[in-house]
Amino acid sequence: MAKLTLADLRKMREEKQKAMDMRDSSNKDVQVVVGMGTCGIAAGAKETFTALIDTLTEKGLTNVLVRQTGCMGLCHSEPTVEVVVPGMPTVIYGHVDAATAKDIVDRHIVGHELIEGKILDKPSVDIIKEA
Amino acid sequence: MAYESYVLVCGGTACCSSGGEKIVEAFARELESAGLKDKVQVVTTGCLGFCEQGPIVKILPQGTFYVQVKVDDVKEIVAEHLVKGRVVQRLCYDPEQAKKLVAEANIPFYQKQYRIVLRNCGVIDPEKIEDYIARDGYKAIEKVLFEMTPEQVVDEMLKSGLRGRGGAGFPTGMKWKFAQQQPKGQKYMVCNADEGDPGAYMDRSTLEGDPHSILEAMTIAGYAIGASKGFIYIRAEYPLAIHRLQVAIQQAHELGLLGDDILGSGFSFDIELRFGAGAFVCGEETALLQSIEGNRGMPKPRPPFPAVKGLWGRPTVINNVETLANVPVIINKGADWFSRIGTATTKGTKVFALTGKVNNSGLIEVPMGTTLREIIFDIGGGIRGGHKFKAAQTGGPSGGIIPEQFLDVPIDYESLAKIGSIMGSGGLIVMDETDCVVDIAKFYLDFTVDESCGKCAPCRIGGRKLLNYLKKITDGRGTEQDIKDMEAICDAMNKASLCGLGQTASNPVRSTLRYFMDEYMEHIRDKKCRSGKCSKLIQYKIDPAKCKGCTMCARKCPAGAISGAVKQPHAIDQAKCVKCGACEATCKFGAISHG
Repeated sequence: MAKLTLADLRKMREEKQKAMDMRDSSNKDVQVVVGMGTCGIAAGAKETFTALIDTLTEKGLTNVLVRQTGCMGLCHSEPTVEVVVPGMPTVIYGHVDAATAKDIVDRHIVGHELIEGKILDKPSVDIIKEA
Repeated sequence: MAYESYVLVCGGTACCSSGGEKIVEAFARELESAGLKDKVQVVTTGCLGFCEQGPIVKILPQGTFYVQVKVDDVKEIVAEHLVKGRVVQRLCYDPEQAKKLVAEANIPFYQKQYRIVLRNCGVIDPEKIEDYIARDGYKAIEKVLFEMTPEQVVDEMLKSGLRGRGGAGFPTGMKWKFAQQQPKGQKYMVCNADEGDPGAYMDRSTLEGDPHSILEAMTIAGYAIGASKGFIYIRAEYPLAIHRLQVAIQQAHELGLLGDDILGSGFSFDIELRFGAGAFVCGEETALLQSIEGNRGMPKPRPPFPAVKGLWGRPTVINNVETLANVPVIINKGADWFSRIGTATTKGTKVFALTGKVNNSGLIEVPMGTTLREIIFDIGGGIRGGHKFKAAQTGGPSGGIIPEQFLDVPIDYESLAKIGSIMGSGGLIVMDETDCVVDIAKFYLDFTVDESCGKCAPCRIGGRKLLNYLKKITDGRGTEQDIKDMEAICDAMNKASLCGLGQTASNPVRSTLRYFMDEYMEHIRDKKCRSGKCSKLIQYKIDPAKCKGCTMCARKCPAGAISGAVKQPHAIDQAKCVKCGACEATCKFGAISHG
């Protein structure tokens, strides 16, 4: 990659921001984000990640982007997975083992239903916002 | 089939005990009769926090939040909210109360968790520089290199009120100013990522989740103080963080955001990694510098401070990971914005690694001035297993133990120091009544004795002596004179040790003596440990009235300490007993107890 000038950097930021806002990178409208800090990996996030990819490949779902991120802060329920599907509320699942990962693809992404007992959501205390 | 709405019912322990399950059933029933079974899905979730207001019900996609929901309320929620789309105001969280909280804390945008340091953690892909750039990454570099002089950068940091998050809380801007004022020439910028407190992992998570923010901040600091070279001193026990830093450094190099002539500005800065071998003392700045130079990590007396004479005798600024993660945001949003968050003396937020006997352990970031009660009970979801809160430990082995009466103290550097603890790096360990404070103090002393470098006598000898006294007390051989001796040793260590490790090593003992003297006295006078943690103080006893003489316990006892004839009450020989508890577990009549 060539070295950036100031103008290049600004252009890159703008383009990337747009891509992120649309939640769409190369025609992928569903995003699955796996928390892969040390805490997540220790709890089995790599198996979760593999299971997600395998199930998606098996189903032939090409519109789903699976990506990694750092610690989401919910260490009590690692591995954590955030699922963003258009037209559905964005939710965070906790304790996602390989079986739950398969459920997420089959039931949440394909079936548009939430999975019982595994939702951790965002901490509810965040309801206290700007005054 | 596609659902239009979702009802989330909190399935955390606290909510379940206050009727969560019945609420799920009620929703299923009411939705069925309203004909919405196929439109609305009801799910039980993990703990949503906010347990004191439970049971909690949240309706998505609107995000409406209902508190203290009773089975009788379900019908109304279904009829009003889900059928007619009208929010049931009476069950919403009382906004008046929320406003009151805002007024008390005097923060314009109060929220229990507020993410500055962790802004990108759990959001971006840490191995993609584009993700970071899209979230205003490397924007602060632009501003600093092209619009600000080094003096203006330092002024901005001073004005922001940012203080060192490694624990001591020295104003970051002051550090930078000292280094900047040194004559021109080779200077160094060092990031301290030698996170060693037991139970603390904020810096690891930050580096793993958002490595570029640290690179950007170090470059800004380098520009401000006139350094062209930076080192990140990171423990070798953090392989993932190291890997992500290496990837980040390489990507920044490729794009010309590190290296020669950054973005064509004429300013050059480069960063190298240095690995620590896990010595706790190397988190102390002078020892850390020794280690980077390739020497044995041992502290040196200050002054001269590193900002004057540091790495290879050159002016060096050392900042902690969390401190640095704040820097780009302060530059982007301005010092005024930053200094509005927090308390009078301590600005901004603090990241805590919340662990121990708490339901939702995890990585949290709260504005300074938040109380322990809010952290432990609102965010942490209360004490695990329905136990009672006993104390919280902040600051790791250098910190203190905070008892229940200070749960409502707003946290900042000064308030914690006043109650005998320290902010420390951000480990926050919660204890319940099954923990023994003497045992905890012993644990921390054991750690610091192990990690003391041995250079100065107060720390080397004092720590060992303190630990011996604590062992004596937990073994049931303590005397009241021991307490007096311990207090004297604590005082000497605190005043005479060379570095922060020794000066603060006695804090766990001092604070437990201050707040839990009665428990020490129980160990000494009554030879009793109320939590049952100190195994040498436990006594197993057989109640002769309940013992049927079945001989089960005598056969199970591995030490042959139980004797007695068949069908006659048995007895335990305390001298032989090894306190394994096998007898109590095996007795069918509940005749054996311990205390």
